[in-house]
Amino acid sequence: MRPFKYSTSSDARSATQLLEVNPNAQFLAGGTNILDLMKEDVERPDELVDITRLSLTGVQTITTGTNKGGVSIGSLRTNTETASHPLIRQQFPLLSQAILAGASQQIRNMATNGGNLNQRTRCPYFYEVSMPCNKRAPGSGCGAFQGINRMHAIFGWSEKCIAVHPSDMCVALAALDAVVKVRNVAGQERVISFTDYHRLPGNTPEKDNTLNHGELVTAIEIPPNPFAARSYYLKVRDRASYAFALVSVAAALQTEGTAIKQARIALGGVAHKPWRATEAEQFLAGKPATEDSFRQAAELAMKGAKPFEHNAYKVELGKRAIVHALMKTV
Amino acid sequence: MMQEETGQPDLSADEQKLLEELLSEDINGLSPLGEQRRNFLKQVAAAGAAILVSQLAGESLFAHTAGEEAFVPPPAADPATAVQVAFKVNTAGRSLTVDPRMTLLDSLREKLGLTGTKKGCDHGQCGACTVIVDGRRVLSCLTLAVTCEGKSVTTIEGLAKGGTLHPMQAAFIKHDGFQCGYCTPGQICSAVALMAEAKRGEPSYVTADLRANPGPVQLSDDEIRERMSGNLCRCGAYPNILSAIREVHRGKETAQSWQFISPDQTAE
Ligand SMILES: Cc1cc2nc3c(=O)[nH]c(=O)nc-3n(C[C@H](O)[C@H](O)[C@H](O)COP(=O)(O)OP(=O)(O)OC[C@H]3O[C@@H](n4cnc5c(N)ncnc54)[C@H](O)[C@@H]3O)c2cc1C
Ligand code: SF4
Ligand code: FES
Ligand code: FES
Repeated sequence: MRPFKYSTSSDARSATQLLEVNPNAQFLAGGTNILDLMKEDVERPDELVDITRLSLTGVQTITTGTNKGGVSIGSLRTNTETASHPLIRQQFPLLSQAILAGASQQIRNMATNGGNLNQRTRCPYFYEVSMPCNKRAPGSGCGAFQGINRMHAIFGWSEKCIAVHPSDMCVALAALDAVVKVRNVAGQERVISFTDYHRLPGNTPEKDNTLNHGELVTAIEIPPNPFAARSYYLKVRDRASYAFALVSVAAALQTEGTAIKQARIALGGVAHKPWRATEAEQFLAGKPATEDSFRQAAELAMKGAKPFEHNAYKVELGKRAIVHALMKTV
Repeated sequence: MMQEETGQPDLSADEQKLLEELLSEDINGLSPLGEQRRNFLKQVAAAGAAILVSQLAGESLFAHTAGEEAFVPPPAADPATAVQVAFKVNTAGRSLTVDPRMTLLDSLREKLGLTGTKKGCDHGQCGACTVIVDGRRVLSCLTLAVTCEGKSVTTIEGLAKGGTLHPMQAAFIKHDGFQCGYCTPGQICSAVALMAEAKRGEPSYVTADLRANPGPVQLSDDEIRERMSGNLCRCGAYPNILSAIREVHRGKETAQSWQFISPDQTAE
């Protein structure tokens, strides 16, 4: 690992200031992603600003504004404490389940919500510094495009990058219409809708999301919704646990009698960002909550898929996973 | 090779010289670990130094041709970036000067001589380095030592009370929850923390109803498997690890699945 300076910060202002004056500084939260990448020489900050002592750890009911009745989750709350929190378990069990599907208990105990949002891709070419990778070294090419691309995207990719976002938590947050709150060094706050937080690679795959250098994620807000009784997070992976998703599905339904009132479907492991299947969601509104409806919705969700040499299996797997996840909700 | 109980092993002059070099104050004075390393090497010497020395001789020969020292001590912290940190390890207060790059794992092993905690992958993928920090199991390979200021770390060395093993340690032995033992300290620390997580009512991915009132969780075998999935065992001792954890969790003695070879089998 390259040498770096270790700095501490006690509040959001001092933390953002330290990044403002040093373009090569990065925040250190749980460290489970950034330290791994620094050991691999992929990330090369010359300063780490420890933000774990910031007080952004609350999980509480929102009492005013557009998300009133929903829940606000501090960016520095750990993944474990978020998934175990009674408010989250009661109102957004989909989020608890998605968090618990990720990594291991040890890692979830360390990982923070803000760090989870900002974790980087697990594309093996990104990790291997002797390989070309536009995300790590812009302009060097994409090793995966014609290489081993079994784990890669089938939606929204560009010729510059076909990586997927690895988070499980984020797939649930996309389905739940969450928003991300960030603040800059001047103390100004931005509220970004979750589906706009992460971006597609386009011509600048080095940028995973819309956060600017020095901006700090302070909280995630989830508006109230009627899905708590009918939601499921399904994760399909190479082994039963402790592996990244090949495909994952966050599914949620609101029903009236036997009919579907509204549906939410987000997919993980298929794109550079959590992928909302909005067409399939719209199709399901008003339909009976049956396997047959779910199959048709799954076809729609996978309609525009563009797979590569080694990941064509994700199209059929994705359809089946959607049907399976929706069946679990009824 | 058998050795006299107390006597020094027979060494050739070259081997004797190499051993002395290895045990020299220069090398051992470099870290607070020195004293322990020397004692360790002396014990090893009494047990079979000739083997060790011949191996090391090979290594040092190789190293010398490559123009390097046989033993490379951990790099000293650069005074410009070195950081002071104080935390508790197994109830004793420790104060260290570390390079910011040093992980908790390396500081335990290389600075404090607590080599019970193992380095498997160094990338968060195996769980061998699991320790308990402020009551929660974490990976010491992805924890920087500097971030532990004021925290309380429990390692495998801190689980036994006096001469009495922690119930989880005793259960691992009884149920033969290991073969090579490399993953075992991590497995045991993980399992000890798991007992507290179940008491606190923390759910897992296989918990049936997340909306049910959180209360202490009764762990099924599937729950134990899922919650221990962050600790890999290359020897595949999983069934016996599961038995050990199940016994401690239920607080009820259960018979182990292995048995000693019978006289009949020996005769065969
Ligand atoms: C072996 C292994 C398996 C894993 N498996 C899974 C899995 O199956 N599913 C899954 O979803 N994840 C998985 N993970 C990833 C894990 O969830 C992430 O590493 C973790 O969530 C990152 O959080 P952290 O707090 O440790 O972030 P850090 O490593 O501290 O930071 C990550 C990045 O986020 C930035 N950052 C952190 N906090 C903020 C903030 N508040 N504002 C702005 N920027 C911030 C940092 O500067 C850094 O760039 C796995 C990780 C490992 C090591
Ligand atoms: S897919 Fe993206 S991350 Fe992977 S090699 Fe190509 S550019 Fe790099
Ligand atoms: S050594 Fe830490 S997880 Fe493998
Ligand atoms: S006992 Fe050998 S790795 Fe687990």
